[in-house]
Amino acid sequence: MPYQIIVCGGLAPDPLQTLEPVFDPAKPSLKNELMLPAVFDPWAAHALYEAGHLAKQHPGSLVRVVSLAPKAKLQQVMMTVAQKLPFELVALDGPGGGFTDAAAVAAALADAIAAMQDLDRSRLLLFGGWESATRGAGVVMQRAAERLGITEQFLAVDELSVDADGSLLVKERIEGGRHQISRCSSPPAMLAWATGNLPEPPNHPQTGMANMRVIMPALQKAKPVTLEPSAEFLRTALPSAIRQTRVVKDVPAAEIAQEIAEWIRQ
Amino acid sequence: MTAMHDELTDQPQTQPLDADIVCTGFGPAVAGFLWTLTQGLQKPEMAGVESKAMPGLPPQIVCYERADDISFGVSGVVTRARAIRASIPNLDPAEIPLAARVRNEKLIYLLDPLGVTRRPAWMRLADQLCRAFSGVLGVAHEGMALPWVPEFLHKRDGFIFSLGQFNQWVGQQVMMSGLAQIWPATPVAGPLIEEDRVAGVRLAADGSEVRAALTVVGDGPVGAVGRQLDEHFGMPAGHRRDEWAVGMKMVIDLPENCTLEEGTVWHTIGFPEPEIFGFLYVHPGRIASAGIFVPSWMDSPVRTSYRYLQHFIQHPYLWRHLRGGRLRSWGAKSLLESGRRGEPFLAGDGYARIGECSGSTNVLTGSGVDEAWLTGTQLAEAVLELLREGKPFTGENLENTYVARRRASWLEHESQAAEKARNGFQWGLLPGFLGMALAGLTGGRLSLPRPREDRHPKKLTDYYAGRLSRSEIERARQRAEAESRPLHDILMDMCGWPPVEYDGQLLVSHQDALLMGGKVQAPADFPDHVVFRSPQLCLQCEAHLCVEICSGEAIRISPENPAGVPAFDREKCVHCGACLWNCPVSNIEFCAAPGGLHSAEN
Repeated sequence: MPYQIIVCGGLAPDPLQTLEPVFDPAKPSLKNELMLPAVFDPWAAHALYEAGHLAKQHPGSLVRVVSLAPKAKLQQVMMTVAQKLPFELVALDGPGGGFTDAAAVAAALADAIAAMQDLDRSRLLLFGGWESATRGAGVVMQRAAERLGITEQFLAVDELSVDADGSLLVKERIEGGRHQISRCSSPPAMLAWATGNLPEPPNHPQTGMANMRVIMPALQKAKPVTLEPSAEFLRTALPSAIRQTRVVKDVPAAEIAQEIAEWIRQ
Repeated sequence: MTAMHDELTDQPQTQPLDADIVCTGFGPAVAGFLWTLTQGLQKPEMAGVESKAMPGLPPQIVCYERADDISFGVSGVVTRARAIRASIPNLDPAEIPLAARVRNEKLIYLLDPLGVTRRPAWMRLADQLCRAFSGVLGVAHEGMALPWVPEFLHKRDGFIFSLGQFNQWVGQQVMMSGLAQIWPATPVAGPLIEEDRVAGVRLAADGSEVRAALTVVGDGPVGAVGRQLDEHFGMPAGHRRDEWAVGMKMVIDLPENCTLEEGTVWHTIGFPEPEIFGFLYVHPGRIASAGIFVPSWMDSPVRTSYRYLQHFIQHPYLWRHLRGGRLRSWGAKSLLESGRRGEPFLAGDGYARIGECSGSTNVLTGSGVDEAWLTGTQLAEAVLELLREGKPFTGENLENTYVARRRASWLEHESQAAEKARNGFQWGLLPGFLGMALAGLTGGRLSLPRPREDRHPKKLTDYYAGRLSRSEIERARQRAEAESRPLHDILMDMCGWPPVEYDGQLLVSHQDALLMGGKVQAPADFPDHVVFRSPQLCLQCEAHLCVEICSGEAIRISPENPAGVPAFDREKCVHCGACLWNCPVSNIEFCAAPGGLHSAEN
């Protein structure tokens, strides 16, 4: 069965850059946020790769990315993401990053999806990241699915396969380092992905050029979205990081891993 | 095997892509080109111009950048920004992070506080005089601000930039026009040359051909496209590319008590070695860039840049401001310092060359970004003219429009003045400074002649004659091989350079600088981009300059193969290309690849 796979994914500042929170209770942000290089949120990126993989296995499937982010930034990031696999884009021009309210973001995404004229809910798989690299509230996908009336929801998904009868077998992470496998008889379903099992596809310039023929017009007509602030921020801080480097040679990986584990324990 | 096979067959077929203009590299030259071109295409007189590759659409303009983001370029830029301001009259530095106006510019002579540099006698005497008359001369903290900055060197009406942030800003504006696409992480393997006409480029990722009426080559001094054009077309008579430098810099969060003002610019001479020039610029937000240039005419066979940079920032004149700071970013690049003498054929059928790879850097004024930008704008104006008139991008038409504009501009005038400014350094340090002053103060009318033979790195034993014996050097070499340490580190220790006491913040190991500063990355799906062509030539090489100059310690002598071909670790490579011009027998293949530095602040 061909699917309509919709991947919700925003942008995250490139975590390798110097990130400096600027605190303003009404509108906290990162210093020079618009000039920081951004990446497609890595959690959503896993979902996108899984979507591409599934679409390839089921000819006729369509992958769409719905993204809420500043348009200029989104365009820049799409120049890399578009080289990975074929997809269409629905762009929402609005604030991105880690200081937006999850419910407001979910509402904007769900409304954009609901407005798609050719939406076929019997084929709809709503994909996204279980978490986000920006703040990690981890609730956008559930809220969006609820708003769209999708009751079959799976979190922290690591694997999806389609059985011969068309039912979906979904492997979710659960506590204690275990997986739970569920069977879902048919779409619509929402899958919020953990890391999945697929590597990042290599860049393919031809795919990128083909994608941009539909992505550029989508960016041009990106709908402006305003998110009403509903959260009060008391303070902002980056996760603390400690770095210790030691160069070792000819040491077995197991020994290195043991040492790192000890270091973390301490 | 099955998985790999599946992956390969999953890839879409590669078909030639068609565009009207394809650009290689997104540095300041192509930024200037795309800025001017996209602005020009929006003017009413260009309304009727449409794509020949895709009739009915506007001209299809694509740019391929090797690095993983358009902001990952390296350059500590202090520039008069004449061309940039002409293109963007309302340029407000407040819009661009790390940009500031130059306010306080000095040329500093740094004495040798350690007594270990290879100073010639006249410079040692100068140090002694400076110390003896410190009160009169204003010497403090082992440094002296010279009473004036020569006119040819000054940048007092200009800007301090982070090239990464500037490129990011320009790139966003260009792409928002909808008239050009800039593709990061898309290295170009080489040009498509058909009967002496450049018909486009071939992409490294999948071998796709991108065919275009005009190929704009702006891929920098070690770019694959520019080098292949040089191999195919040769260089104009008398032109050659034989002067280079490694520029290495740190971006530093200044300590709270630092009193340096935003807009401060220091040019330095004298330390860590007399041949190494340095700089310090202060950006807004208590951030500074500090760096050095290690030139090819320095006759040391152990041309380590990183360790010299660490000693440079610890010079008392700088350290009083930098101590307690934190490394924010780090990077290195090759600079083509042959200037106009290194200028290739600027245009031919189907192609034009702009920026540093076109010999635009001015070695007298120490300026390259604004000059590169200017060449881009000149080509864009030429392209707009040709598009408007419906003329093809032939060599003749590009000569009459682009090259003619370039020849008539201040760039040409100043390049001629600078052309012989560095000749003196081939004779020695003092003639070098005199030659520069002579050329600079007379506008190039007077200069020193160039010796018949250029200076080359000496043999280790010759270079250290009088300081280290042959047996000591041999022992150092054995130690370096056994411990897999750079030879320069051990030799500098033996010559009295103090060890660098790491503080984990600003003084960090070279490997930590790669991780904390450069954030160096290498994609998994590309082959090694540095390849040693003939193992036999490496076996015969005594110097292994490629190892010593490597900006990321990516090229090392392997303990398993100490006498053989150096090992290359692409996960440490910053793509500076210094190995390329340091190999005395041109045995290195330096291919285009993504990855490298991931810092947007260099």
